[in-house]
Amino acid sequence: MASELKANKVHEPLFHLAKRDNMPRHKALLIRIASIAVGFVFICVFAFLIVGWNPADILSTMLDGSFGTPNRRWDLFEKTAILLCISVAVTPAFRMRFWNIGAEGQTLISCLAAASCMKLIGTRVPNPLLLLIMLGAAVLAGAIWAVIPAIFKAFWNTNETLFTLMMNYVATQVTSYFVYIWSVPRGSGHVGVINSDSRAGWIVSGQYPYLLNILIVIVMTITTYIYLNYCKQGYEISVVGESENTARYIGINVKIVIIRTMLISGALCGLAGFLIVAGADHTIIANSVGGQGFTAIMVSWLGKFNPLIMSFFAFLLSFLGKGAKEITTLTGLDSAFADIITGFVIFCIIGCEFFIHYSIRFRRKEDKA
Amino acid sequence: MIIFAFIRRACMQGVPLLYGSTGEIITEKSGHLNLGIPGIMYMGAIGGIIGGFFFEQTGADFSLWYIKLLAVLIALTTSLLFSCLMGLIYCFLTVTLRANQNVTGLALTTFGVGVGNFFGGSLIKISKADVPTVTLTKTSSCFATHLPFVDKVSQLAEEGRCPMVVSEICSTLFSYSFLAYLSIIIALIASHILMKTRVGLTLRAVGENPATADAAGINVNRYKYISTCIGSMIAGLGGLYYIMDYATGVWSNNGFGDRGWLSVALVIFSLWNPSLAIIGSFLFGGLYIVHNYIPNLTMQAQELFKMSPYIMTLLVLIFVSIKQKKEALPPAHLGQNYFREER
Repeated sequence: MASELKANKVHEPLFHLAKRDNMPRHKALLIRIASIAVGFVFICVFAFLIVGWNPADILSTMLDGSFGTPNRRWDLFEKTAILLCISVAVTPAFRMRFWNIGAEGQTLISCLAAASCMKLIGTRVPNPLLLLIMLGAAVLAGAIWAVIPAIFKAFWNTNETLFTLMMNYVATQVTSYFVYIWSVPRGSGHVGVINSDSRAGWIVSGQYPYLLNILIVIVMTITTYIYLNYCKQGYEISVVGESENTARYIGINVKIVIIRTMLISGALCGLAGFLIVAGADHTIIANSVGGQGFTAIMVSWLGKFNPLIMSFFAFLLSFLGKGAKEITTLTGLDSAFADIITGFVIFCIIGCEFFIHYSIRFRRKEDKA
Repeated sequence: MIIFAFIRRACMQGVPLLYGSTGEIITEKSGHLNLGIPGIMYMGAIGGIIGGFFFEQTGADFSLWYIKLLAVLIALTTSLLFSCLMGLIYCFLTVTLRANQNVTGLALTTFGVGVGNFFGGSLIKISKADVPTVTLTKTSSCFATHLPFVDKVSQLAEEGRCPMVVSEICSTLFSYSFLAYLSIIIALIASHILMKTRVGLTLRAVGENPATADAAGINVNRYKYISTCIGSMIAGLGGLYYIMDYATGVWSNNGFGDRGWLSVALVIFSLWNPSLAIIGSFLFGGLYIVHNYIPNLTMQAQELFKMSPYIMTLLVLIFVSIKQKKEALPPAHLGQNYFREER
């Protein structure tokens, strides 16, 4: 009897997935907010297990670490600005579905270019001119670093993800090379603060630290937004991203678009490198970018390649970093705590996209008759 | 005899890379570019450390052979569990939830490196143990045990009863721990399964064109899950080997360095073939440390030499893409998620 029943029954899955096209905006927003909330629940549970604090303490400590004093606030905004700058920089390439994961290297090599101008030219030219030279060198270096994989992609379809990844490490080693050459004392591997007396090549924002950096990034973000959404070139990028064949059919020169877009992407990374060296660090180490090139890729993706939404995510991740730092300073735990909680939140946000793009349809209950 | 010392160091450097790239090849063959490999290798390492640490804290008597075996098994199990967990997170997000693979992989790397450094740096504080540093000398010595006759041969050579060359060759071939030989065995088995068996053929079909594989009645998602999790566990062993054998059980933050990315590079270098990865990994291992063996090299020149594995990979990548040889191309659907209802 039982086997007979089984044979008659057609196997039907419990549910099936269907793609949905347009979820109402407010609903999608709610899902995203909920996912961030779930991320924070993970953080609280994890932190409770490790340090034994209750959620209120954890959140208030994180808020205090980010906003407690004016210095902390400026620091938070500066970190957000740099992260946002790199995120916006990688965006044009991503819109083209060119998976450039070499922002780390492109930014680092432009940090190196800016620092070398600072070191070698120093006080020989007036400060505004020096800053311009540094900016030019950084932008050029970033653009060159980005255009090499683009050329190979355009002409021979070389895998850009792996190419740009390798370029990161070439950049790291080139930077280490120069760091050893310039290190004081010789061979120590530390360059130290460059031009600490003359402050040549430093961006000075008067009484508000980092104000100029932040303004530059805001202008750059809005400009890129306009370029991507309201310019012909921005439209071409989107078409190439959607379908190279369509682009070719309507007369877009795909090779030129790929190369031009990566030049822009690299140049904007160059701006970020310039801001890191001239605006904040005033020195160069092999870890000057500190993994932000990789974080920026996540920010860009989380922000749906929209520079304005990205600013929120750059802020969120910087806040998590600063907040986690405060917790680890107070408890004496390792600073890698920040990476773990960033991971939690990003996993949740990545996962929630599924519920926005797909709907789960459960099998309708069949009548038993 | 410095050449033998160099080869030995190169092989020891190569083993973690071989584990990482074998794991990544298996994953990539299913069409998933797992950029979380560096994080997974950190997880494998910290998993072994955590297991070994708590076992050593119980004060077991390490002079007994079965305690030694138990120590190895516990560290191995925790390491595999940790890296498998990472593989599951990656699969759940990219296969089931169809998230972007690059972003998920990078997040996984951030997370894994974070977990490694966090627990490596604060394990003592969390467990309230009464030791100054995380140093698993006892467990590490169990892992590093090598064949006994190597020592005897080198002893004979020192006494002048057998030629020095014989002893050097002997120790270059046989002086490694079991995890080193296991890496080669796993790579050979993986290569055989991928190229010569039905399962391998199916797996490659999933990576090349999942829609066709699906139409042929293959459970695409199951293949993706299994290959990614097995790949992660193999990669995690690389971390375990590094920490237990190479680093003699001493955790230092970021000590594993960029070896994870180097493994990803090695996948390209070996043209998605695990048995080529064996040669590639020892070559990369050699390139990684060659600067220590060139006399009169300045610090800055050493940094330039460290670039060589990456430059090599770039050259191979360019060469392969210009040649467009079918066997040497990445799986056609690498990096793209599969959704049945999408055309």
